[in-house]
Amino acid sequence: MVPGDLRYTSDHEWVRVEGDEVVVGITQFAADQLGDVVFVELPAVGKALKAHVTFGVVESVKAVSDLFAPIGGEVVGANDALTASPELVNSDPYGAGWMLRLRPSDAAEISALLDAAAYEQVVAEG
Amino acid sequence: MTDTPAPMSQPSPILDRHEALGAKIVEFAGWLMPIQYGGIIDEHRAVRSAAGLFDLSHMGELVIEGPDAGAALAAALITDPPALAVGRAQYAQICNEDGGIIDDLIVYRLGETRFMVVANASNARVVSDALAARIAGFQAVLDDRSLATGLVAIQGPKSGAMLQPLASVDLGAIKYYGIAEGVVAGLPALIARTGYTGEDGYEVFVDVDKTGVLWDAMLAAGRADGLVPVGLGARDTLRLEAGMPLYGNELGLDTNPYEASLGRVVKLGKPGPFVGRAALEKVSRDGVSRRLVGLMLRERGIARHGYPILVDGAPAGIVTSGTQSPTLGQAIAMAYVPTAQADPGTMVAVEIRGAPVAAEVVPLPFYKRPA
Repeated sequence: MVPGDLRYTSDHEWVRVEGDEVVVGITQFAADQLGDVVFVELPAVGKALKAHVTFGVVESVKAVSDLFAPIGGEVVGANDALTASPELVNSDPYGAGWMLRLRPSDAAEISALLDAAAYEQVVAEG
Repeated sequence: MTDTPAPMSQPSPILDRHEALGAKIVEFAGWLMPIQYGGIIDEHRAVRSAAGLFDLSHMGELVIEGPDAGAALAAALITDPPALAVGRAQYAQICNEDGGIIDDLIVYRLGETRFMVVANASNARVVSDALAARIAGFQAVLDDRSLATGLVAIQGPKSGAMLQPLASVDLGAIKYYGIAEGVVAGLPALIARTGYTGEDGYEVFVDVDKTGVLWDAMLAAGRADGLVPVGLGARDTLRLEAGMPLYGNELGLDTNPYEASLGRVVKLGKPGPFVGRAALEKVSRDGVSRRLVGLMLRERGIARHGYPILVDGAPAGIVTSGTQSPTLGQAIAMAYVPTAQADPGTMVAVEIRGAPVAAEVVPLPFYKRPA
Protein backbone atom coordinates (compact mmCIF):
# COMPACT_ATOMS: atom_id res chain seq x y z
CA MET A 1 0.00 0.00 0.00
CA VAL A 2 1.22 3.50 -0.79
CA PRO A 3 0.07 6.62 1.10
CA GLY A 4 -3.19 7.87 -0.37
CA ASP A 5 -2.52 11.59 0.18
CA LEU A 6 0.57 11.80 -2.07
CA ARG A 7 1.08 12.11 -5.82
CA TYR A 8 3.57 9.93 -7.70
CA THR A 9 5.67 9.53 -10.84
CA SER A 10 6.36 6.36 -12.79
CA ASP A 11 10.04 6.92 -11.78
CA HIS A 12 8.94 6.07 -8.20
CA GLU A 13 9.09 9.54 -6.71
CA TRP A 14 6.40 10.99 -4.47
CA VAL A 15 5.17 14.57 -4.04
CA ARG A 16 3.36 16.00 -1.02
CA VAL A 17 1.68 19.41 -1.38
CA GLU A 18 2.23 21.63 1.66
CA GLY A 19 0.74 25.11 1.10
CA ASP A 20 2.43 26.65 -1.91
CA GLU A 21 5.41 24.29 -1.68
CA VAL A 22 5.86 20.57 -2.30
CA VAL A 23 8.03 17.94 -0.60
CA VAL A 24 9.68 15.27 -2.79
CA GLY A 25 11.11 11.84 -2.00
CA ILE A 26 11.31 8.31 -3.39
CA THR A 27 8.76 5.61 -2.67
CA GLN A 28 9.14 2.60 -0.39
CA PHE A 29 9.11 0.42 -3.51
CA ALA A 30 12.06 2.34 -4.95
CA ALA A 31 13.94 2.20 -1.65
CA ASP A 32 13.36 -1.55 -1.37
CA GLN A 33 14.55 -2.09 -4.93
CA LEU A 34 17.73 -0.10 -4.29
CA GLY A 35 18.58 -1.90 -1.07
CA ASP A 36 20.69 -0.25 1.64
CA VAL A 37 21.09 3.42 0.65
CA VAL A 38 24.58 4.69 1.51
CA PHE A 39 24.81 8.03 -0.32
CA VAL A 40 22.44 10.77 -1.45
CA GLU A 41 23.47 13.79 -3.51
CA LEU A 42 20.96 16.65 -3.65
CA PRO A 43 20.97 20.08 -5.36
CA ALA A 44 21.69 23.35 -3.57
CA VAL A 45 18.89 25.58 -2.34
CA GLY A 46 18.03 28.16 -5.00
CA LYS A 47 18.57 25.86 -7.96
CA ALA A 48 15.84 25.93 -10.60
CA LEU A 49 14.69 22.48 -11.75
CA LYS A 50 12.71 21.54 -14.81
CA ALA A 51 10.30 18.61 -14.68
CA HIS A 52 11.86 15.20 -15.54
CA VAL A 53 15.50 16.38 -15.40
CA THR A 54 18.02 14.70 -13.12
CA PHE A 55 18.30 16.57 -9.82
CA GLY A 56 20.57 14.22 -7.88
CA VAL A 57 21.62 10.65 -7.26
CA VAL A 58 20.91 7.98 -4.70
CA GLU A 59 23.44 5.20 -4.25
CA SER A 60 23.00 1.83 -2.59
CA VAL A 61 25.83 -0.56 -1.76
CA LYS A 62 25.55 -2.01 -5.25
CA ALA A 63 24.11 0.63 -7.56
CA VAL A 64 23.86 4.29 -8.56
CA SER A 65 20.44 5.68 -9.54
CA ASP A 66 19.48 9.10 -10.86
CA LEU A 67 16.75 11.13 -9.21
CA PHE A 68 14.31 12.90 -11.54
CA ALA A 69 12.40 16.08 -10.72
CA PRO A 70 8.70 15.15 -10.65
CA ILE A 71 7.73 18.75 -11.44
CA GLY A 72 9.56 21.99 -12.23
CA GLY A 73 10.35 24.52 -9.54
CA GLU A 74 12.91 26.23 -7.36
CA VAL A 75 14.67 24.25 -4.64
CA VAL A 76 13.79 25.88 -1.31
CA GLY A 77 15.06 23.06 0.91
CA ALA A 78 17.11 19.85 0.80
CA ASN A 79 17.24 17.18 3.50
CA ASP A 80 20.73 17.63 4.97
CA ALA A 81 20.11 14.76 7.40
CA LEU A 82 20.60 12.34 4.50
CA THR A 83 24.30 13.26 4.30
CA ALA A 84 25.00 11.63 7.66
CA SER A 85 22.06 9.20 7.67
CA PRO A 86 21.24 8.07 4.12
CA GLU A 87 19.58 4.96 5.58
CA LEU A 88 16.56 7.16 6.44
CA VAL A 89 15.57 6.70 2.78
CA ASN A 90 15.05 2.98 3.55
CA SER A 91 13.61 3.26 7.03
CA ASP A 92 11.22 6.20 6.53
CA PRO A 93 10.95 7.10 2.82
CA TYR A 94 7.73 9.15 3.21
CA GLY A 95 8.88 10.93 6.39
CA ALA A 96 12.42 11.57 7.64
CA GLY A 97 13.80 10.25 4.33
CA TRP A 98 12.34 13.15 2.31
CA MET A 99 14.73 14.75 -0.18
CA LEU A 100 13.65 18.12 -1.56
CA ARG A 101 11.30 21.00 -0.88
CA LEU A 102 10.29 22.82 -4.09
CA ARG A 103 8.33 25.94 -4.96
CA PRO A 104 6.49 24.77 -8.09
CA SER A 105 6.84 26.83 -11.24
CA ASP A 106 3.58 25.49 -12.69
CA ALA A 107 0.91 24.09 -10.38
CA ALA A 108 -0.68 22.30 -13.33
CA GLU A 109 2.25 19.87 -13.32
CA ILE A 110 1.13 18.61 -9.90
CA SER A 111 -2.32 17.65 -11.07
CA ALA A 112 -0.75 15.73 -13.97
CA LEU A 113 1.04 13.37 -11.54
CA LEU A 114 -0.25 9.89 -10.70
CA ASP A 115 -2.59 9.36 -7.79
CA ALA A 116 -2.00 6.50 -5.35
CA ALA A 117 -4.19 4.03 -7.24
CA ALA A 118 -2.48 4.75 -10.56
CA TYR A 119 0.96 4.44 -8.95
CA GLU A 120 0.06 1.11 -7.36
CA GLN A 121 -0.85 -0.04 -10.85
CA VAL A 122 2.63 1.01 -12.08
CA VAL A 123 4.27 -1.00 -9.29
CA ALA A 124 2.04 -4.02 -9.92
CA GLU A 125 2.94 -4.03 -13.60
CA GLY A 126 6.63 -3.90 -12.71
CA MET B 1 17.90 -6.17 -31.74
CA THR B 2 17.53 -9.87 -32.30
CA ASP B 3 15.20 -12.31 -30.65
CA THR B 4 17.91 -14.77 -29.67
CA PRO B 5 16.92 -15.93 -26.19
CA ALA B 6 19.48 -15.74 -23.42
CA PRO B 7 20.97 -19.14 -22.61
CA MET B 8 19.14 -20.84 -19.76
CA SER B 9 20.65 -20.05 -16.40
CA GLN B 10 21.68 -22.90 -14.16
CA PRO B 11 19.73 -22.73 -10.90
CA SER B 12 21.67 -23.17 -7.68
CA PRO B 13 21.04 -26.73 -6.47
CA ILE B 14 19.44 -25.21 -3.37
CA LEU B 15 17.48 -22.39 -5.00
CA ASP B 16 14.42 -23.61 -3.04
CA ARG B 17 16.24 -22.87 0.25
CA HIS B 18 17.12 -19.36 -0.88
CA GLU B 19 13.57 -18.64 -1.99
CA ALA B 20 12.19 -19.93 1.32
CA LEU B 21 14.60 -17.57 3.13
CA GLY B 22 13.23 -14.63 1.13
CA ALA B 23 16.33 -14.09 -1.00
CA LYS B 24 16.43 -11.79 -3.99
CA ILE B 25 17.64 -14.04 -6.82
CA VAL B 26 19.77 -12.76 -9.70
CA GLU B 27 21.45 -14.20 -12.77
CA PHE B 28 25.20 -14.30 -12.12
CA ALA B 29 27.79 -15.93 -14.39
CA GLY B 30 25.12 -18.15 -15.94
CA TRP B 31 23.65 -19.18 -12.58
CA LEU B 32 20.59 -18.19 -10.58
CA MET B 33 22.00 -17.23 -7.19
CA PRO B 34 20.93 -15.22 -4.12
CA ILE B 35 22.25 -11.64 -4.10
CA GLN B 36 20.81 -10.77 -0.69
CA TYR B 37 18.35 -12.07 1.90
CA GLY B 38 17.77 -9.18 4.30
CA GLY B 39 20.11 -6.30 3.55
CA ILE B 40 23.67 -6.33 2.26
CA ILE B 41 24.99 -4.22 5.15
CA ASP B 42 23.42 -6.44 7.84
CA GLU B 43 24.77 -9.58 6.14
CA HIS B 44 28.21 -7.99 5.82
CA ARG B 45 28.30 -7.05 9.51
CA ALA B 46 27.14 -10.51 10.58
CA VAL B 47 30.17 -12.04 8.84
CA ARG B 48 32.54 -9.60 10.57
CA SER B 49 31.00 -10.08 14.04
CA ALA B 50 29.65 -13.67 14.05
CA ALA B 51 29.44 -15.72 10.85
CA GLY B 52 27.73 -15.98 7.49
CA LEU B 53 26.67 -18.94 5.36
CA PHE B 54 27.32 -18.80 1.62
CA ASP B 55 26.05 -21.01 -1.21
CA LEU B 56 29.00 -21.20 -3.63
CA SER B 57 27.72 -24.06 -5.73
CA HIS B 58 28.32 -21.99 -8.86
CA MET B 59 32.09 -22.24 -8.49
CA GLY B 60 33.95 -24.67 -10.80
CA GLU B 61 35.68 -27.71 -9.31
CA LEU B 62 38.23 -29.46 -11.53
CA VAL B 63 40.03 -32.56 -10.28
CA ILE B 64 43.38 -33.37 -11.91
CA GLU B 65 44.74 -36.81 -11.16
CA GLY B 66 47.60 -39.00 -12.31
CA PRO B 67 51.31 -39.62 -11.79
CA ASP B 68 52.11 -36.34 -13.60
CA ALA B 69 49.27 -34.27 -12.12
CA GLY B 70 51.62 -31.90 -10.28
CA ALA B 71 53.95 -31.43 -13.23
CA ALA B 72 50.98 -30.92 -15.55
CA LEU B 73 49.60 -28.14 -13.34
CA ALA B 74 53.04 -26.55 -13.04
CA ALA B 75 53.13 -26.32 -16.84
CA ALA B 76 49.58 -24.96 -17.00
CA LEU B 77 49.59 -22.39 -14.17
CA ILE B 78 51.90 -19.60 -13.00
CA THR B 79 52.35 -21.22 -9.56
CA ASP B 80 54.24 -24.33 -8.45
CA PRO B 81 51.63 -26.90 -7.33
CA PRO B 82 54.21 -29.73 -6.85
CA ALA B 83 55.68 -27.63 -4.02
CA LEU B 84 52.39 -27.92 -2.09
CA ALA B 85 52.26 -30.43 0.73
CA VAL B 86 49.33 -32.84 0.64
CA GLY B 87 46.44 -31.17 2.45
CA ARG B 88 47.53 -27.62 1.62
CA ALA B 89 46.24 -25.01 -0.83
CA GLN B 90 47.58 -22.04 -2.77
CA TYR B 91 46.19 -19.00 -4.56
CA ALA B 92 47.02 -19.36 -8.26
CA GLN B 93 46.31 -17.92 -11.69
CA ILE B 94 46.12 -19.35 -15.17
CA CYS B 95 47.54 -17.02 -17.83
CA ASN B 96 47.69 -17.00 -21.61
CA GLU B 97 50.92 -16.84 -23.66
CA ASP B 98 50.87 -13.02 -23.37
CA GLY B 99 50.76 -13.19 -19.57
CA GLY B 100 47.11 -12.07 -19.54
CA ILE B 101 45.02 -13.55 -16.74
CA ILE B 102 42.46 -16.18 -17.83
CA ASP B 103 41.27 -16.71 -14.24
CA ASP B 104 42.36 -16.76 -10.65
CA LEU B 105 42.11 -20.07 -8.84
CA ILE B 106 42.64 -21.96 -5.63
CA VAL B 107 44.69 -25.14 -6.05
CA TYR B 108 44.26 -27.80 -3.35
CA ARG B 109 46.58 -30.81 -3.08
CA LEU B 110 44.28 -33.67 -2.07
CA GLY B 111 46.90 -36.43 -2.43
CA GLU B 112 50.34 -37.17 -3.91
CA THR B 113 48.82 -37.47 -7.38
CA ARG B 114 45.48 -35.71 -6.92
CA PHE B 115 44.72 -31.97 -7.05
CA MET B 116 41.53 -29.91 -7.09
CA VAL B 117 41.41 -26.56 -8.88
CA VAL B 118 38.55 -24.21 -7.98
CA ALA B 119 37.71 -21.66 -10.69
CA ASN B 120 35.29 -18.73 -10.85
CA ALA B 121 31.83 -19.63 -12.13
CA SER B 122 32.13 -17.20 -15.03
CA ASN B 123 35.31 -18.92 -16.21
CA ALA B 124 34.75 -22.53 -15.16
CA ARG B 125 34.24 -23.79 -18.71
CA VAL B 126 37.13 -21.76 -20.17
CA VAL B 127 39.49 -22.95 -17.42
CA SER B 128 38.34 -26.54 -17.77
CA ASP B 129 38.97 -26.47 -21.53
CA ALA B 130 42.35 -24.71 -21.19
CA LEU B 131 43.54 -27.08 -18.47
CA ALA B 132 42.42 -30.14 -20.44
CA ALA B 133 44.40 -28.93 -23.45
CA ARG B 134 47.49 -28.02 -21.42
CA ILE B 135 47.75 -31.34 -19.57
CA ALA B 136 47.15 -33.41 -22.70
CA GLY B 137 50.81 -34.47 -22.99
CA PHE B 138 51.07 -35.56 -19.34
CA GLN B 139 50.03 -38.70 -17.48
CA ALA B 140 47.12 -36.93 -15.86
CA VAL B 141 43.40 -36.66 -16.46
CA LEU B 142 40.97 -33.87 -15.74
CA ASP B 143 37.55 -34.55 -14.26
CA ASP B 144 35.27 -31.50 -14.38
CA ARG B 145 33.23 -31.94 -11.18
CA SER B 146 31.63 -28.47 -11.32
CA LEU B 147 28.03 -29.63 -11.77
CA ALA B 148 28.52 -32.67 -9.51
CA THR B 149 29.78 -30.62 -6.57
CA GLY B 150 27.94 -28.50 -4.03
CA LEU B 151 29.90 -25.92 -2.02
CA VAL B 152 28.77 -24.20 1.17
CA ALA B 153 31.07 -21.78 3.00
CA ILE B 154 30.86 -20.58 6.57
CA GLN B 155 32.91 -17.44 7.24
CA GLY B 156 33.42 -15.31 10.31
CA PRO B 157 34.99 -15.36 13.76
CA LYS B 158 32.44 -17.90 15.08
CA SER B 159 32.60 -20.19 12.02
CA GLY B 160 34.84 -22.83 13.59
CA ALA B 161 32.77 -23.08 16.77
CA MET B 162 29.57 -23.40 14.73
CA LEU B 163 30.88 -26.02 12.28
CA GLN B 164 32.85 -28.19 14.73
CA PRO B 165 29.84 -30.04 16.23
CA LEU B 166 28.88 -31.19 12.71
CA ALA B 167 32.39 -32.28 11.70
CA SER B 168 34.20 -35.59 12.18
CA VAL B 169 37.62 -33.96 12.13
CA ASP B 170 39.29 -31.45 14.45
CA LEU B 171 38.81 -28.22 12.51
CA GLY B 172 41.54 -26.52 14.50
CA ALA B 173 44.02 -28.98 13.01
CA ILE B 174 43.25 -27.71 9.50
CA LYS B 175 45.66 -24.84 8.89
CA TYR B 176 44.77 -21.64 7.04
CA TYR B 177 44.89 -22.65 3.35
CA GLY B 178 44.59 -26.31 4.33
CA ILE B 179 42.09 -28.98 3.35
CA ALA B 180 41.02 -32.30 4.89
CA GLU B 181 38.67 -35.13 4.06
CA GLY B 182 36.01 -35.79 6.65
CA VAL B 183 32.33 -36.14 7.39
CA VAL B 184 30.11 -33.09 7.91
CA ALA B 185 26.48 -33.50 8.96
CA GLY B 186 26.81 -37.19 8.10
CA LEU B 187 28.04 -36.45 4.57
CA PRO B 188 31.43 -37.31 3.05
CA ALA B 189 33.05 -33.91 2.51
CA LEU B 190 36.19 -31.97 1.74
CA ILE B 191 36.70 -29.25 4.37
CA ALA B 192 38.96 -26.38 3.37
CA ARG B 193 40.06 -23.47 5.54
CA THR B 194 39.81 -20.93 2.75
CA GLY B 195 37.47 -18.09 1.85
CA TYR B 196 36.90 -14.75 0.20
CA THR B 197 35.83 -12.49 3.05
CA GLY B 198 38.95 -11.62 5.05
CA GLU B 199 37.65 -13.70 7.96
CA ASP B 200 38.58 -17.12 9.27
CA GLY B 201 36.27 -19.73 7.81
CA TYR B 202 35.66 -23.01 6.07
CA GLU B 203 34.47 -24.15 2.66
CA VAL B 204 32.72 -27.53 2.58
CA PHE B 205 32.51 -29.49 -0.69
CA VAL B 206 29.92 -32.29 -0.99
CA ASP B 207 28.08 -34.20 -3.72
CA VAL B 208 25.69 -31.75 -5.35
CA ASP B 209 22.55 -33.69 -4.40
CA LYS B 210 23.53 -33.35 -0.71
CA THR B 211 23.97 -29.57 -0.83
CA GLY B 212 20.56 -28.93 0.74
CA VAL B 213 21.17 -31.32 3.63
CA LEU B 214 24.51 -29.65 4.31
CA TRP B 215 23.07 -26.12 4.06
CA ASP B 216 20.18 -26.93 6.42
CA ALA B 217 22.46 -28.56 9.00
CA MET B 218 25.00 -25.71 8.97
CA LEU B 219 22.35 -22.99 9.17
CA ALA B 220 20.64 -24.78 12.08
CA ALA B 221 23.96 -25.28 13.88
CA GLY B 222 24.79 -21.57 13.92
CA ARG B 223 21.46 -19.77 13.84
CA ALA B 224 21.22 -19.26 17.62
CA ASP B 225 24.71 -17.74 17.70
CA GLY B 226 24.11 -15.23 14.93
CA LEU B 227 24.79 -17.17 11.73
CA VAL B 228 22.92 -15.62 8.78
CA PRO B 229 22.73 -16.59 5.11
CA VAL B 230 24.78 -14.18 2.99
CA GLY B 231 24.32 -13.43 -0.69
CA LEU B 232 26.63 -12.36 -3.49
CA GLY B 233 26.11 -8.68 -2.67
CA ALA B 234 27.83 -8.86 0.72
CA ARG B 235 30.33 -11.38 -0.64
CA ASP B 236 31.49 -8.58 -2.95
CA THR B 237 31.76 -5.89 -0.24
CA LEU B 238 33.53 -8.34 2.11
CA ARG B 239 36.15 -9.31 -0.47
CA LEU B 240 36.67 -5.68 -1.44
CA GLU B 241 37.37 -4.65 2.17
CA ALA B 242 39.79 -7.60 2.35
CA GLY B 243 41.58 -6.28 -0.76
CA MET B 244 40.89 -9.46 -2.72
CA PRO B 245 40.66 -9.13 -6.52
CA LEU B 246 37.58 -10.15 -8.51
CA TYR B 247 37.90 -11.56 -12.00
CA GLY B 248 36.22 -9.20 -14.47
CA ASN B 249 36.92 -6.21 -12.21
CA GLU B 250 40.57 -6.25 -11.10
CA LEU B 251 41.68 -9.20 -13.24
CA GLY B 252 41.24 -10.03 -16.92
CA LEU B 253 43.01 -10.99 -20.13
CA ASP B 254 44.22 -7.38 -20.46
CA THR B 255 45.95 -7.44 -17.06
CA ASN B 256 48.95 -9.42 -15.89
CA PRO B 257 49.78 -10.58 -12.34
CA TYR B 258 52.46 -7.91 -11.85
CA GLU B 259 50.07 -5.08 -12.73
CA ALA B 260 47.58 -6.62 -10.31
CA SER B 261 50.22 -6.30 -7.55
CA LEU B 262 50.32 -10.11 -7.38
CA GLY B 263 53.83 -10.64 -8.76
CA ARG B 264 54.62 -12.81 -5.73
CA VAL B 265 52.17 -15.40 -7.11
CA VAL B 266 54.31 -15.92 -10.26
CA LYS B 267 56.90 -18.64 -9.61
CA LEU B 268 59.51 -17.84 -12.26
CA GLY B 269 62.00 -19.93 -10.29
CA LYS B 270 60.14 -23.19 -10.87
CA PRO B 271 61.71 -25.62 -13.33
CA GLY B 272 60.42 -26.05 -16.84
CA PRO B 273 58.23 -24.11 -19.21
CA PHE B 274 54.74 -22.88 -18.38
CA VAL B 275 52.19 -21.00 -20.41
CA GLY B 276 53.00 -17.29 -20.23
CA ARG B 277 56.56 -17.70 -18.90
CA ALA B 278 58.34 -15.68 -21.60
CA ALA B 279 55.87 -12.79 -21.41
CA LEU B 280 55.88 -12.73 -17.59
CA GLU B 281 59.69 -12.88 -17.43
CA LYS B 282 59.78 -9.81 -19.66
CA VAL B 283 57.27 -7.95 -17.45
CA SER B 284 59.26 -8.95 -14.37
CA ARG B 285 62.42 -7.53 -15.98
CA ASP B 286 60.97 -4.38 -17.52
CA GLY B 287 58.51 -3.45 -14.78
CA VAL B 288 54.93 -2.27 -15.21
CA SER B 289 53.48 1.10 -16.20
CA ARG B 290 50.34 0.77 -14.05
CA ARG B 291 49.49 -0.97 -10.81
CA LEU B 292 46.44 -2.01 -8.85
CA VAL B 293 46.11 0.03 -5.65
CA GLY B 294 43.66 0.72 -2.86
CA LEU B 295 41.98 4.12 -2.68
CA MET B 296 40.13 5.94 0.07
CA LEU B 297 38.02 8.87 -1.05
CA ARG B 298 38.85 12.04 0.83
CA GLU B 299 35.84 14.02 -0.41
CA ARG B 300 32.15 13.14 -0.57
CA GLY B 301 31.32 10.49 -3.16
CA ILE B 302 31.57 6.81 -4.00
CA ALA B 303 33.93 5.58 -6.72
CA ARG B 304 32.46 2.81 -8.87
CA HIS B 305 33.69 0.23 -11.38
CA GLY B 306 34.69 1.99 -14.59
CA TYR B 307 35.04 5.55 -13.25
CA PRO B 308 38.18 7.32 -14.61
CA ILE B 309 41.19 8.13 -12.44
CA LEU B 310 42.53 11.63 -13.08
CA VAL B 311 46.13 12.70 -12.59
CA ASP B 312 46.72 16.45 -13.06
CA GLY B 313 43.20 16.63 -14.48
CA ALA B 314 43.77 14.08 -17.27
CA PRO B 315 42.47 10.48 -17.45
CA ALA B 316 45.29 8.19 -16.28
CA GLY B 317 43.65 5.08 -14.87
CA ILE B 318 40.41 3.35 -13.97
CA VAL B 319 38.46 2.27 -10.92
CA THR B 320 37.94 -1.50 -10.91
CA SER B 321 35.71 -1.86 -7.82
CA GLY B 322 34.30 0.60 -5.33
CA THR B 323 31.69 0.89 -2.62
CA GLN B 324 30.90 2.44 0.71
CA SER B 325 32.74 0.17 3.19
CA PRO B 326 30.22 -1.08 5.76
CA THR B 327 33.02 -1.74 8.29
CA LEU B 328 34.91 1.53 7.86
CA GLY B 329 31.96 3.82 7.03
CA GLN B 330 34.16 5.23 4.28
CA ALA B 331 34.18 5.04 0.48
CA ILE B 332 36.85 2.59 -0.69
CA ALA B 333 37.95 1.46 -4.12
CA MET B 334 40.54 -0.50 -6.03
CA ALA B 335 41.96 1.08 -9.16
CA TYR B 336 44.70 0.86 -11.75
CA VAL B 337 46.91 3.95 -11.55
CA PRO B 338 50.22 4.89 -13.23
CA THR B 339 53.20 3.39 -11.36
CA ALA B 340 54.35 6.90 -10.43
CA GLN B 341 51.08 7.37 -8.51
CA ALA B 342 51.00 3.92 -6.89
CA ASP B 343 52.74 4.63 -3.58
CA PRO B 344 50.56 4.96 -0.46
CA GLY B 345 49.94 8.57 0.44
CA THR B 346 49.74 9.74 -3.17
CA MET B 347 46.69 11.88 -3.95
CA VAL B 348 44.77 11.27 -7.18
CA ALA B 349 41.24 12.14 -8.28
CA VAL B 350 38.30 9.95 -9.26
CA GLU B 351 35.98 11.44 -11.86
CA ILE B 352 32.46 11.06 -10.49
CA ARG B 353 29.65 12.36 -12.72
CA GLY B 354 32.04 14.71 -14.46
CA ALA B 355 33.65 16.19 -11.35
CA PRO B 356 37.02 15.31 -9.76
CA VAL B 357 36.83 13.86 -6.23
CA ALA B 358 40.03 13.59 -4.18
CA ALA B 359 41.25 10.09 -3.28
CA GLU B 360 44.33 8.86 -1.46
CA VAL B 361 46.31 5.73 -2.37
CA VAL B 362 46.34 3.45 0.68
CA PRO B 363 47.88 0.04 1.42
CA LEU B 364 45.70 -3.04 0.87
CA PRO B 365 43.81 -4.63 2.52
CA PHE B 366 41.37 -2.02 3.82
CA TYR B 367 40.29 -4.43 6.53
CA LYS B 368 42.36 -6.98 8.44
CA ARG B 369 40.66 -9.21 10.97
CA PRO B 370 41.73 -8.79 14.59
CA ALA B 371 44.52 -11.24 15.44
